[in-house]
Amino acid sequence: MKTLYISLKIFLFFTILTGIIYPLFVTAIAQIAFPAKANGSLIVKYNKIVGSELIGQHFDTLIYFSSRPSAISYNPLPSGGSNFGLTNSKLKHSVDSLKRQFIAFNQLDSLTEIPSEMLFASASGLDPHISPNAALLQTDRISKARHFGVSQNQLLLKSVNELSESPQFTFLGEARINVLLLNLRLDEIR
Amino acid sequence: MTTQDFIQIILFFALLIGLTPLLGNFMFKVFTGSKHIMSPVFGWLEKLTYRSSGIDPDEETNWKSYTFSLLMFNFIGFLFVFLIQLFQAQLPLNPANLPNVSWHSAFNTSVSFMTNTNWQGYSGETTLSYFVQMIGLTVQNFVSAATGIAVLLALIRGLARKTTDKLGNFWTDLTRSTLYVLLPLSIIFAVVLVGQGVVQNFKSYDTVQTLQGASQVIPMGPAASQIAIKQLGTNGGGFFNANSAHPFENPTPFSNFLEMLAILLIPAALTFTYGKMVGSTRQGWTIFKAMLILLVLGLVISLYAEYSTNPIFGNLHLMEGKETRLGITNSVLWSTATTAASNGSVNAMHDSLSPLTGMVAMINLMLGEIIFGGVGAGLYGMVIFIIITVFIAGLMVGRTPEYLGKKIQKFEVQMAIIAVLAPNIVILLFAAWASVSAPGLASLNNSGPHGLSEILYAYASAAGNNGSAFAGLNANTVFYNLTIAIGMMIGRFGIIIPVMAIAGSMGMKKITPSSAGTFHTDNWLFIGLLIAVILIVGGLTHFPALSLGPIVEHLLMNNGITF
Repeated sequence: MKTLYISLKIFLFFTILTGIIYPLFVTAIAQIAFPAKANGSLIVKYNKIVGSELIGQHFDTLIYFSSRPSAISYNPLPSGGSNFGLTNSKLKHSVDSLKRQFIAFNQLDSLTEIPSEMLFASASGLDPHISPNAALLQTDRISKARHFGVSQNQLLLKSVNELSESPQFTFLGEARINVLLLNLRLDEIR
Repeated sequence: MTTQDFIQIILFFALLIGLTPLLGNFMFKVFTGSKHIMSPVFGWLEKLTYRSSGIDPDEETNWKSYTFSLLMFNFIGFLFVFLIQLFQAQLPLNPANLPNVSWHSAFNTSVSFMTNTNWQGYSGETTLSYFVQMIGLTVQNFVSAATGIAVLLALIRGLARKTTDKLGNFWTDLTRSTLYVLLPLSIIFAVVLVGQGVVQNFKSYDTVQTLQGASQVIPMGPAASQIAIKQLGTNGGGFFNANSAHPFENPTPFSNFLEMLAILLIPAALTFTYGKMVGSTRQGWTIFKAMLILLVLGLVISLYAEYSTNPIFGNLHLMEGKETRLGITNSVLWSTATTAASNGSVNAMHDSLSPLTGMVAMINLMLGEIIFGGVGAGLYGMVIFIIITVFIAGLMVGRTPEYLGKKIQKFEVQMAIIAVLAPNIVILLFAAWASVSAPGLASLNNSGPHGLSEILYAYASAAGNNGSAFAGLNANTVFYNLTIAIGMMIGRFGIIIPVMAIAGSMGMKKITPSSAGTFHTDNWLFIGLLIAVILIVGGLTHFPALSLGPIVEHLLMNNGITF
């Protein structure tokens, strides 16, 4: 019985300490030190929240850069991937048809090498990034759809260039570009 | 692979090796009750814990009462987490108005977090309230890791002491691990994670209007505080369904690097603590080297497989189930580390890894989670294999086997064999059952040999208390929730109880001084033997099943066959 009482009391103690005080303490520091990030890196435009910098959105119109394929169509409830194995015929079919679509949609040469991330669904289904290469393959189509002139075209390429991120600290992770930020920038090109 | 990929890998291992003696030495001071850097900060909290719970910190117990306290404490934790899930709709901090959890999912989840498995049959953002995540799961993240350390400490005392039945005090071991090791590291780590973009708030989910005019619900919550301990305590249960692939859980390559390091940090450092506590740091480094060799071996095979081309996808990079910011190298380094340590968090979908990479992950689980393994659990699991190795070596040279001056006799070997058999029986029997029964097969997401891999992986993950998954398998059914929960319990306590029995029996023995005929357990010969024993035991047990799953899938893939 003594063990039972001790167990109950110490369990209560640790529940209060690690289950209540610890998360509240971290929240307090986080909200003071990094309020924007702690609250989801939300992007506000014209007094409206248009999304989170970290959560990808579905883009399928001609006037925006497309994001990666997503097994959950960018609906975050709940996040996840396709979980297809490499020998799953559905995966093979999906890769083939995404390739055809990407080429047709962007009016590319049929032999163009498409960056892999545009053919495969991401792990979270919410991947906010594509590779800078994948963005560059889409600029002609966007420029045409938006009837851009020469100067606007330059701004477009400049945006891709500026928003492309190298690996963090030059060696961690991969080169990438945030699709939502890029498309927001795109809307500002006049 | 590029130079930059190699730099990341080398830096990762360099930091791991460098931090091992630093943290290991700190933990040595903590666990032996000496003064250390954290005593002035949290010393009062330790005293408060003992006073409020009525614990006498100086009272030491034998292995039976130590184990009894441990089981009682774990049971209460299980019961609490089980009940708050059943009634979460009536409890506060549920801004998304999530309904009560089904009994079988609640049962599975509470067993899962008690056993340090953190297998998730549910999706966090659509199943559990902030209340359950924080007050239920975050607490178990801490105390289940501390429980693993406590068992290891009792075992070490059994090995290091002589002719005594006293193995320490479970409550002080639990308290010190939590207050001085897990809590401070988690606080620092959580804040750094928020700095990279991990969310930490109590807001309700935000609904936003996307650029294309659709509406998107963005989940929120106190994620960083849970993710920090989930990585450090080899827990692995994600706040969100996609775990550390979710941009809110692992937003940048830097957060990824730190989370990856956190997986192995404490299990690696404990080998150093172990060496110091048994009185020879060489013994600790020997274990470290054996673990590191097995880890690197797995990593090399995984990288090779993931970067290989195949006739189905040609020379495309295999980015299915991987994130752009992390890329292939970081996904594979993570998949190897998280399965070697019994962490189980993922930053890529293991179901979509190439067959051989998935197999390495599975083998890491099947070997018994001893390649660094769970916090505490990996090392006591490794000691089991050391006992078997010493026993076999003893048979070969015809001497009574000894480890650290203690004779290894019938009882220890029997207990060691139970500890090896328990998880393996779970894997093979449950996987066999699931692969021939209707409720088992109904949950598959892939057909052909990959389907078998999904089942095999699930039970290997349960038995190894890992928690990662070939997540295509829909495990949130009565059949899987119950069988996996039973598997997790056997995989946890089927090892803890024999280990504690070994600790008790070793503590009673005399220490024989080493002589010319002593078989040394701190040299390369021993490392070689130990690795061989681990691979042979694992290989003999699991090769047949693996050959029907990932191996045949690999061969079929290389012939361009899909299902």
